[in-house]
Amino acid sequence: MIDILVDITLFTFLAIMAVAIVRMRNLFAVVMMFSIFSLIAAGLFVIMDAGDVAFTEAAVGGGISTVLMLAALGLTRSREEKPATRRSWLALLVVTVTGAVLVYGTMDMPAFGDPNAPAHQHVGPRYIEQGQQETGVPNLVAAVLASYRGFDTLGETAVIFTAGMAVLLLIGKHARRRRKAADEGSSE
Amino acid sequence: MKHHLVLRVVAKFVTPLILLFALYVQFHGDYSPGGGFQAGVIFGAGFILYALIFGLDAARTVAPVSVLRFAAGLGVLIYGGTGVLSLLRGGEYLNYNVLAADPIAGQHLGIIMIELGVGITVASVMMIIFFTFAGREQS
Repeated sequence: MIDILVDITLFTFLAIMAVAIVRMRNLFAVVMMFSIFSLIAAGLFVIMDAGDVAFTEAAVGGGISTVLMLAALGLTRSREEKPATRRSWLALLVVTVTGAVLVYGTMDMPAFGDPNAPAHQHVGPRYIEQGQQETGVPNLVAAVLASYRGFDTLGETAVIFTAGMAVLLLIGKHARRRRKAADEGSSE
Repeated sequence: MKHHLVLRVVAKFVTPLILLFALYVQFHGDYSPGGGFQAGVIFGAGFILYALIFGLDAARTVAPVSVLRFAAGLGVLIYGGTGVLSLLRGGEYLNYNVLAADPIAGQHLGIIMIELGVGITVASVMMIIFFTFAGREQS
């Protein structure tokens, strides 16, 4: 009972945040709202007993991405220009129909935590039954991420590494110096 | 933000706690929620807080980008190297069972090593991205 109450409260806050983000024009406030949005989402994950996901959501969505967006805001203006107010009924219709279809699609989804759901029928049971003996790691999520799905995690790490290197190559100090040299060379 | 005394005092107090918590999340990931990725992000966040309050130059003195670049590569190398090590010891790539005398100890060792690799890479990449973005403002 209390779970449902907390769920409803958090989802209401989530919806309020989403509407506020859309309506706001001050980008600084929007970034803060995004941070709160992530924090509420992390709270929802905690209720679903997904501690690891909640942790990531709070750290990445609520923390790092907020700071990165603030850093990006420092390079641009912090106010969004007001869009031309023009009511388009066609757009509203498309959005409503798409939303209705998506909601209709969720009707066929298995209930939350249903043991017979297809997602829980594949390799999940084996991990749960054997994971403890095979890896000796109490946190099953860590066992799956690091051991059973080690290749995936290696790929993720490589992706993060690539992202960092891409940022360095595009706007890092060396890239800037080289571009400057190229500009000077072409102007001569 | 040199003139915000309250922020400076609080940040000075909180930063070591954040870094300590990141290490806890890193090495306790086998037993509780958390792991290399989360720990790396928290560790990076600690440094970013320091940079926000005490200035980019102070943070870059503690963690120069050249070191971070090296660390980002080192993390992936540790991860991949663990796989190569298990190959050399006669198992499949990233099969930790062969890393130690008995499979459970091997799994434990392997998971700790690759989580360490993930943590190092994630922390240094987060710092690299922030330092590069924030460094553009000054120029």
